[in-house]
Amino acid sequence: MTVLTTRDKTGSGFPLGFDTILDPSPLQYLDEHGALSGALRDDAPELAPEELLATWRAMVVGRRFDVQATTMVRQGRLAVYPSSYGQEACEIGAVLALRADDWLFPTYRDCVSMVTRGIDPVEALTLLRGDWHCGYDPQRRHTAPQCTPLATQAPHAAGLALAAKLAGDDTVALAFCGDGGTSEGDFHEALNFAAVYQAPAIFFVQNNQYAISVPLAKQTHAAALAHKAVGYGMAGVRVDGNDVIAVRRAVAEAAERARAGEGPTLIEAVTYRMQAHTNADDATRYREESEVEYWSARDPLARVETYLRARGLLTDDVLAEANQAAEALAAEMRLRLGGEPEVDHRDLFAHVYAEPTPQLREQAAALQAEIDAAALDAQAGEPGR
Amino acid sequence: MTATLDTTQTPEISLAQAVNRALRDAMTADEKVVVFGEDVGVLGGVFRVTDGLTRDFGEQRCFDTPLAEAGILGTAIGMAMYGFRPVVEMQFDAFAYPAFEQIASHLAKMRNRTRGALPLPVVVRVPYGGGIGGVEHHSDSSEGYFVATPGLHVVTPATVSDAYTLLRAAIESDDPVIFMEPKRLYWSKDRLATSGPAIGQAAVRRQGADATLIAYGPTVSTALEAAEAASADGYDLEVVDLRSIVPFDDATVCDSVRKTGRAVVIHEAAGFGGTGAEIAARVSERCFHWLEAPVRRVTGFDIPYPPPKLERYHLPSVDRILDAVASLQWEDR
Repeated sequence: MTVLTTRDKTGSGFPLGFDTILDPSPLQYLDEHGALSGALRDDAPELAPEELLATWRAMVVGRRFDVQATTMVRQGRLAVYPSSYGQEACEIGAVLALRADDWLFPTYRDCVSMVTRGIDPVEALTLLRGDWHCGYDPQRRHTAPQCTPLATQAPHAAGLALAAKLAGDDTVALAFCGDGGTSEGDFHEALNFAAVYQAPAIFFVQNNQYAISVPLAKQTHAAALAHKAVGYGMAGVRVDGNDVIAVRRAVAEAAERARAGEGPTLIEAVTYRMQAHTNADDATRYREESEVEYWSARDPLARVETYLRARGLLTDDVLAEANQAAEALAAEMRLRLGGEPEVDHRDLFAHVYAEPTPQLREQAAALQAEIDAAALDAQAGEPGR
Repeated sequence: MTATLDTTQTPEISLAQAVNRALRDAMTADEKVVVFGEDVGVLGGVFRVTDGLTRDFGEQRCFDTPLAEAGILGTAIGMAMYGFRPVVEMQFDAFAYPAFEQIASHLAKMRNRTRGALPLPVVVRVPYGGGIGGVEHHSDSSEGYFVATPGLHVVTPATVSDAYTLLRAAIESDDPVIFMEPKRLYWSKDRLATSGPAIGQAAVRRQGADATLIAYGPTVSTALEAAEAASADGYDLEVVDLRSIVPFDDATVCDSVRKTGRAVVIHEAAGFGGTGAEIAARVSERCFHWLEAPVRRVTGFDIPYPPPKLERYHLPSVDRILDAVASLQWEDR
């Protein structure tokens, strides 16, 4: 195993333990050819066929969601969409290893994980469509609003995990973040707080090699992001982020440790951002096509499909059903996101405080008067001001 | 609401003790109230405001944190998402700056961005202001940054009783409250009244007919002193203590200025772009036809907070307030 455990095994009381393993080679069960990884063949997890198929199916649906959303930006239906194409093993493997009452702290690139958790696709895309900031009820979905300022959601995960621990619950909080986010101060503070309080938190870094245009080598001089765990005195794991079995198992084990009171885990999932940062970005300015091709050959979905076929689990019927579900989702997105969203100007003032301040009441009334006057002008056929 | 004065023979307590008692009473009333920050545990805080809370409520209710203000705020936000009511301490005004992103991007916005689904009942206690001989980074008046951030309530007591009642109200509020504690008043003493006006209501501390002094936090006592001194010169000054800057009590302020026809706004923070600029603009917009003179401001200079040996030149003084009052275009004087 390549779990970089930093817990004291010697009983010496030295928190870091001298036997810490610093092997940076990622945990892998499925190699890029979809074969069980040689070194770990004997340690292969006994994933039930139904669980494997459900994971694969979620990846098929998740990828279709991503492709559809990207298309809808080009059509002007969404303002922007940061694609996670090629990161499905992370997006889906991580959340399927959690319980429904565990909390997820997603970033703007994690729509696929949210849809996998059962969040309505339109509600998941509200932020990126621009009709409101967060479209779902975080309390009901145990999913925080998608976070844009990098790594600032990580301390929230530490805090929520601490709260769950103090409340005596076995809830776990998982925060996603990218390789770029690990440079932020909030990332450091979150890991430190979680470790000090032994909070049941998982910090899941999707190392997709780029922070917009800046490659990992300019983000860190460390051999592996997972090594940062050593400095905080917490467990650290490096996984092949395109191997959904490895991701699922790493998160499941981290959650198990967290629930057992053994504190937080840092997981670095090594993957690749196949698309540009967003539609507004041009990735050809900073990376070679050959690099994209290299990662294309390591596609997480193709890999698990090959494996499932080899095990005889992927029949034509199963494949057809999954594709049908994916197409149904895409059709629903086209239908429900096709028109202009309905917005209500009263929302501007209604949710700033529990009770609007007198000043906000005045401003809301002024805007209402402006809108009413414009409507009257329109009725009378007069040109607007 | 009328204040209920404690009529028993209880001794006077300091403003710091009033904050401590508010925390105790809130923690007793609601087990979801937790207190944390730097040195707030065993030590009881550098100003002893949290004295004895860890001893009496246990380390699960009042605890020390690593030295990281953004982490403190972020942790508080996560705990509030899970149903707790955190009260966190920023040790000194200027040490709250690392937490500003968490405050501006998350604390202030969470309710709004989730259409009310995720309120954050967090109180951020910020000991602030000068006049204590503090070295660099220990005397800032940072209220302007928070006041300019929609989604926050910004509250600042000037009396022992307000320190108690406003903090209790802040902890009970479902909205985030930046609770600015004037640290030079920490040791001022008075009898405690445990109920008072709500957040958002200003208080007239002194009735007067000729001009209104508008102050908050540490400058309220300076304004009252100036009003006493001015009465010797024949000026009958009214003093309004804002108590909360956000929400702002336009009604109380404007009623007073319409009555007196003159206004001076007083605060320690720099004048340019300061809270006083907003107050002067609001008063001018709403009371223009009642005003006998332009609204004047007496504020700190537009400089970084000076070293302790020079702070007496910077802080709004009684004399400077009296000069401002004298300049308000009086006839027959």
